[in-house]
Amino acid sequence: MAKITVDGQLLDVPDGQNLLEALLALGMDLPYFCWHPKMGSVGACRQCAVVQYANEEDQRGRIVMSCMTPVAEGTIFSLAGEKASGFRESVVENLMLNHPHDCPVCEEGGECHLQDMTVMTGHRDRNYRYLKTTFTNQYLGPFIGHEMNRCITCYRCVRYYQDYAGGHDLAAFASRDRVFFGRSEDGVLENEFAGNLVEVCPTGVFTDKTLSAHYTRKWDLESAPAICVGCSLGCNVTASERYGELRRIHNRYHGDLNGYFLCDRGRFGWQYVNDDKRLTHCGVRTSTGLYQASQPKTVLSGLKESLGAATSVAGIGSPRASLEANYLLRLLVGPDNFYSGESEANAEINRCALQALRSSIRTPSLTEVEAADVVLILGEDTTDHAPRLALSIRQAAGNAGREMALRAGIPHWQDAAVRKLAQNVHSPVFVLTTYADRLDDIGIPTRLHPDAIAEAGFAIAHTLNDEFPNPTNIPGEIDIGAIAAALSSAKNPLVVTGSSPGSPNIVRAAMNVAAALQRQNPAAGLIICPTGPNSLGTSLLTDRTFPNTTGGVAIVVENDLFENFPGESLQQWQSELDQLITLDSLDNGTCSMAHVVMPATTFADGTGTYVNYEGRAQRSFGAFKPGEDTAPSWQWLLQLCHDQGKALEIKHLDDVLTALANEFPELRGVIDAAPGAGFRDHGQKVSRMTHRASGRTAMLADLSVHEPMQPADTETSLTYSMEGTNASAPAALKSYTWAPGWNSNQSINKFQDEIAGHLRGGDPGILLFGDDQVFAVQTPAEGSPTDSPTIIPRWHIFGSEALTGQGEAIVARSPRPYIQMNSHTAGLLNVAAGQALHSENLADVPSLPVIIDEGTPDNCLVCPVLPGTYSYFHNPGNLKPDASWQPAEPPDLITTDRST
Amino acid sequence: MDRPLTKNIGPGKAPTDLTAYVANEGYEAVRATLGKLSCADVLDLVKDSNLRGRGGAGFPTGMKWSFVPMGETEGHKYLVCNADEMEPGTFKDRLILEYDPHQLIEGMILSAYTINADIGYIFIRAEYHVAAKRLKEAIEEARQAGLLGQNILGSGYNFELFVHSSAGRYICGEETALLNSLEGKRATPRAKPPFPQVSGLWGRPTIVNNVETLCNITHIVAHGADWFKGLGIGDDAGTKLFGASGRVRNPGCWELPMGTPIREILEEYAGGMQPGYELKGFLPGGASTDFLVPEHLDLPMDYDAIMKAGSRMGTGTMIILDDRTCPVAMVRNLEMFFARESCGFCTPCREGLPWIFQILDDIEEGRGQPGDLELLTRQGNFIGAIGNTHCAHAPGAIEPLASAMKYFEADFNRHIEEKACPYDH
Ligand SMILES: Cc1cc2nc3c(=O)[nH]c(=O)nc-3n(C[C@H](O)[C@H](O)[C@H](O)COP(=O)(O)O)c2cc1C
Ligand code: SF4
Ligand code: SF4
Ligand code: SF4
Ligand code: FES
Repeated sequence: MAKITVDGQLLDVPDGQNLLEALLALGMDLPYFCWHPKMGSVGACRQCAVVQYANEEDQRGRIVMSCMTPVAEGTIFSLAGEKASGFRESVVENLMLNHPHDCPVCEEGGECHLQDMTVMTGHRDRNYRYLKTTFTNQYLGPFIGHEMNRCITCYRCVRYYQDYAGGHDLAAFASRDRVFFGRSEDGVLENEFAGNLVEVCPTGVFTDKTLSAHYTRKWDLESAPAICVGCSLGCNVTASERYGELRRIHNRYHGDLNGYFLCDRGRFGWQYVNDDKRLTHCGVRTSTGLYQASQPKTVLSGLKESLGAATSVAGIGSPRASLEANYLLRLLVGPDNFYSGESEANAEINRCALQALRSSIRTPSLTEVEAADVVLILGEDTTDHAPRLALSIRQAAGNAGREMALRAGIPHWQDAAVRKLAQNVHSPVFVLTTYADRLDDIGIPTRLHPDAIAEAGFAIAHTLNDEFPNPTNIPGEIDIGAIAAALSSAKNPLVVTGSSPGSPNIVRAAMNVAAALQRQNPAAGLIICPTGPNSLGTSLLTDRTFPNTTGGVAIVVENDLFENFPGESLQQWQSELDQLITLDSLDNGTCSMAHVVMPATTFADGTGTYVNYEGRAQRSFGAFKPGEDTAPSWQWLLQLCHDQGKALEIKHLDDVLTALANEFPELRGVIDAAPGAGFRDHGQKVSRMTHRASGRTAMLADLSVHEPMQPADTETSLTYSMEGTNASAPAALKSYTWAPGWNSNQSINKFQDEIAGHLRGGDPGILLFGDDQVFAVQTPAEGSPTDSPTIIPRWHIFGSEALTGQGEAIVARSPRPYIQMNSHTAGLLNVAAGQALHSENLADVPSLPVIIDEGTPDNCLVCPVLPGTYSYFHNPGNLKPDASWQPAEPPDLITTDRST
Repeated sequence: MDRPLTKNIGPGKAPTDLTAYVANEGYEAVRATLGKLSCADVLDLVKDSNLRGRGGAGFPTGMKWSFVPMGETEGHKYLVCNADEMEPGTFKDRLILEYDPHQLIEGMILSAYTINADIGYIFIRAEYHVAAKRLKEAIEEARQAGLLGQNILGSGYNFELFVHSSAGRYICGEETALLNSLEGKRATPRAKPPFPQVSGLWGRPTIVNNVETLCNITHIVAHGADWFKGLGIGDDAGTKLFGASGRVRNPGCWELPMGTPIREILEEYAGGMQPGYELKGFLPGGASTDFLVPEHLDLPMDYDAIMKAGSRMGTGTMIILDDRTCPVAMVRNLEMFFARESCGFCTPCREGLPWIFQILDDIEEGRGQPGDLELLTRQGNFIGAIGNTHCAHAPGAIEPLASAMKYFEADFNRHIEEKACPYDH
C-alpha cells in the first residue's frame, strides 16, 4: 500500500495501481471513458485528468491522466481544484462538439455513461456554433446496430474487439476528427463476443438490435437477476421485460464468472422466449390426433387419474430444467424411475465432472482461467460450446506478455504498452481439436480425430507421471513431450475439456493430465464443460439416462429427446406408452408426439436453481409473471405430486430446496444460492423495477383507468414492482445496477470490493463440492481409432443450442447443415465438393452438402449439431452420395439488408 | 572543415555516389571504428560532444542512447532514422537525403554500432521519392562494398538497412507514431514510458533519430568531441542546418555554427526582407514553434536561448512573417494543417484543433464574434500544455497561435471589430 494525498486528504491505496482505479475503488467519483476495468489504460480520452504536484512546495502542479499515473508513496494530487476540474469540463465540452444532442431518441439514453460523465464534470453551456461531423452507418448483422454520429472516439470498441476479443473485422478508420469505427464494408460482425460492444461503448453507437425491435428504456424495464441457460458456464445476466415480453439480456457482473462480458448466444439468444412457438396453453391430443387447448384444471384432473392408475410412471428430466423441477419429477415418479434424459456419453462425462469436482483437483472459475499460463484444450470447442470460457482463455494467452512487461517495469494496466512490448508473444495454449478452433490464432493448434485426442491426453498424463497408463496408440502428429514439459513448467497450468466432441474417453484423458499435473503442482486446474445449464445438477439426482422399460406413462420435463436419442427408437418407445406427458416452453419433436403438453416457463419468467460447470449452484429469477396458463415446471410437478398424495409438506419453492438438501446433503448449498422468499432487506422486499418506473402502474390506463394491483410474488423475495430496495440488496437478488450519478452498468464500480474484483457481500452462487474424494486414475478406452469414416459433432455457437437456436436473430447467424472432410475421406465415400451425402437408414432428414477441408483429419466427417442433423449422430448407418441432390439457392445475403 | 554536414553539398554540386563520397574521407570513420572502438567508447564520444537531437526537441543524443540495454540481449535492436520531415517550412534533411545519402548511411552504421543494433530503417516522407531512390541506390552501393550487411568490413558486426516510405501523415514524424506506422499499425503515438529505447519497434529496444543528428555522428567520430564542441559559437555544440522561408530575398538552407545570431542568418544568408516588406515576426524552428518578433533578432540560435525567449529552436528552419501578410490568415492556415494532421487519438487535439481552425476561419473571414479570442485562449490553454494531450503534436500546434495572439493581438481585434481582414490580399 502507498499513502497518497488527494486534495489534502491522506489515502491508502495499492502501490503501483493507477490513480483512477485506486480512487474509484475508494468510492470516489472521477469521470473516464477510455479506461476499462478489464482493458486497462491508454490515455486517449483525457477525461480522467487530475493535477499532480511534484512536492509540497509545488503550487502549480501539472495535468496528468489518472488512468496513466501509477500511485506511489507520497504522491500528491488534486481532483477538485479548478485546474483539474476545469480541464475535465473542457474535455466533455470538446467531446460534445460533434456529439448529436439526440438523447431523447438515443437508445443509450438513461443508462449512458456519456450522460453520466457529462453531468459529473458540470459542463453545461454550448459555445460551438459550427456543423457537427456526420458519418454513414453500417449494417453490422442481426445483432448490433450502428449509429456512428454518437461516437466520442474513445477507442474502447476497437480495443475490446481486436485486443480483448481477438476480432479482426472491426477497426478504426481514417484520422483526425473523422475517425470511423466500423467494418471495412457493411457486413456481419464476425466475433462471437461482439455483443459486448453494446455495453463497452460508453455512448449509443453500438446498439442491441434485439432490443431495438421493441425498445424500452432501462427505467421502464422490469428485470431480474437471471442465469444464462445457453451453456454450462452459468453466466449471470439481467433479464428485462415490458408488457409481458422479454426485451433484452444485459450482462450482470459476476466477479468469478462472466465479469463484464457475455457471449452473443447468451446476449442475443433469448428471442425464443417471446416466440410464436411458445406453448401458452395445456394441450391434450384428441382422437383426431390434433391437440386441443384445455383448462389446466381439466388436464390436471385427467393426469391425477391416469398417473394414479398407471402401472409404471417414468420421469425423464433434463440438463436444462432447474434442480427444483428435476427433483420434484424424481419425487413424483420415485428415484428408480427418474432419468436424466442425457445421452449415455454425456451422462458419463457428467459423472467424470462430478468426480473431478469432488476431488482435490482444482476447478478454476472463469476469472481464475485468466491467470493460467499454459492451457491444454483437449477436444472441447470452447467458443461454440462454452463460449465465455474461450474469452477467458484468450486473456490467459496474454499472460506471457504481461509477464514480459512486468520484467520491463511496465504495469499490467498499461494496456497499449504491454501489447507493444509483447507483440505476438502468447502463453502456450495447445488446442487439440478435430476442426478449426477460434482460439487457433493465439494457440498452438493440432487437428486430430477425437480418439487420437484422447490418446494424446493419456500419453501426456503418462509422460507427466508414469503411474498414469499409456494408451495403446500414441498419435504421431503431436509432440507429447513438449506439451507435457510446458505444462510441467507452468505456474498455473490448466486443462480444458468438455462434452462437445461427445467423447468420455477424452474427458477421462483430461482428468489424468490434470491429476498428474496436480501431483507436481497443486495450482493445476481442470475444466470439464458439460452441455446443459444444469447438466451437473440433474446428474446428481440420477445415474440413469433413459427408461429401458416399455409401456406405462412417461413424463418428460423440458427435454427434446430427439437431441440425444435416435428418432426411430423414440417413436417405437412412444407407441408402446399408455401416455406421454411433456412439460416444455417451446414446441419440439417430443411435444409433437406427446399426449399431453403443459406450458412451462423459461429462464425469463420462471425461477429455479442451476448447477454450472464448477459446481456452483445459482438461482435464476424470472423477470416477470408468466402468462396465465403457464407455470414453472416445478409448480406443475408439485401439483401432480400433491394430487398423488406426495410431497405434501412442500408448498413453496423454498420447501423444494429444503427437501432436496435434506435428501442430498451434498446439495445443502442450494438453499443459500440466493436468499429465500422470507428475506427482507431493511424490512423490505427487493424490487424488480427501478425507482423511476413510477408510470408502470398506469401502463394499461388506455384500457382501464383503474390501477391494477401489481402481482404478488409469493415464491421469492422480489417484488413485481418498484417497491422495495435495490442498492443495498445482496448481489444474488439485484435486478439492475444503479448508483447516484451512475445510470449505466458501469455503476458496478460502486458495488465491488475492488475494481473488477468480487461483488461486495460475495459473488452470487454457492460452490457445492468439497475436495476430499480420492481421484481415481482413469484408464483409456479399449480399441484403436476407427479406420472408417465417423461422424463428429461440430458445435456452432449459433444454432447448436436448441432453445436459443429458435430466436430470429440467432437463426440468421446459424449455419445450414453440411458435412466436412478431407479429400482422402471424401474419396473413401466417393463424394466430392459440390455433392451431398445422405444416409440410407434415415428418412426425412436433409442430405448434407460436402465441404472439402484438408485440415480435417482422416476419417472425420464433421457435421454441425443442428435440429436437422440430430439423427446423423445417433444412427447414421451407411452414408452414400445423394444423386438427386441439388445445391440450395444461395442464402440471402444479409449484407443487403439495411433494416434496423 | 567547419561545414562538415554540407561538405559534399552545394549549389551546382551533383549528388554524391559512393566513389565521390569516399573520395572526400567517406567511410573512414566506419573503417576506424568498427571492430576497433568499443560501443562504450563511441557512446562516450557522443556524450562528450554535447550533440543534441536535430529533430526538434533537442534532446541530448548520447543520453538518449545510454538508455538502450547493452550486453547480452536476445533478439533485434533497431536504429530508425526519422526522415519524415513534414514540418511546414522545414527542408533541411532533404538536402542531405538527396545530395549526400552516404553521409546518412555512414552515420547510421556508426550509431547502430554504438547501440549494437542490427537492423536500421530510414522512415522517409512520402513526397521525398527522389531522396528515397538515391538512398536505395546508395544502400545497394554500400552493401556491394561490404559496408552494410553481414560482417561489415570483416569486423564481425552485422547491420542491415532498409528504406521505408511513409504513406504521408505529419504525425508519422512523431517518433512513436513512426514506430507504429513502421509496424503497419495506425500511426498513433504511444504513451511514454516505456520509451522506445526499452520497448520500441516490435517491442524491441529502438533508437529514433533525426537525419541531421545521425549525420553528425560520422564527423564526431572522425574528428572528436572537442572539435565538435568547438564548431558552435554559443552554448551548443556543432553546426546546424538553418533555413529561412517567406518574403526574404534569398530563401534557403545553410550550414552554420550553432549559436549564430538570428539577425546574421536573416540578413547575411537570407539576404534580408524583400523590398517593400518588413519583418513582423518569425517562427524560429518550423510551424510548431512560437512566434518571435524583431526584438529577438539578436538572439543566438541556441536551444536554451530561444527557449528563454519563449519559443523553441525546433528544426532551425525559420518561417518569416512580413508586415503585409495577415498573421491571422497565417495562423489559420497553420491550424488547418495541424487540425487535419491530428491522429485523432486524444480528445483535446482531435476535437479542439478543428474548433480553433473554425474560429480562426470566422475571424479571418469577418465573421468573428466578441468572445472568440477568449474562447481561443481557453481552448489554447486546454490543448497547449505538454501532458494535456497524448503527444506533443497539439501543444506544438498551439505554439504559433498562442504567441500570435500575444504579439499580434491588435490584428485579431481589428478583424473582429471591422468584421473583415484588414490586410490586402
Ligand atoms: C507531431 C510531431 C512531428 C514530428 N516530426 C518529426 C519529423 O518529421 N522529423 C524528425 O526528425 N522529428 C520529428 N519529430 C520529433 C520526433 O518525435 C523525435 O523527437 C525525433 O525524431 C528524435 O530525433 P532527435 O533526437 O535526433 O532529434 C516530430 C514530433 C512531433 C510531436
Ligand atoms: S464507437 Fe463507442 S466505443 Fe467506439 S470509439 Fe466511439 S464512443 Fe468509443
Ligand atoms: S458462455 Fe454460456 S452461459 Fe455465458 S452467456 Fe454464453 S451461453 Fe450463456
Ligand atoms: S495530440 Fe493529436 S496527434 Fe497527438 S495523440 Fe493526441 S490526437 Fe494524436
Ligand atoms: S480514462 Fe484516462 S485518459 Fe481516458
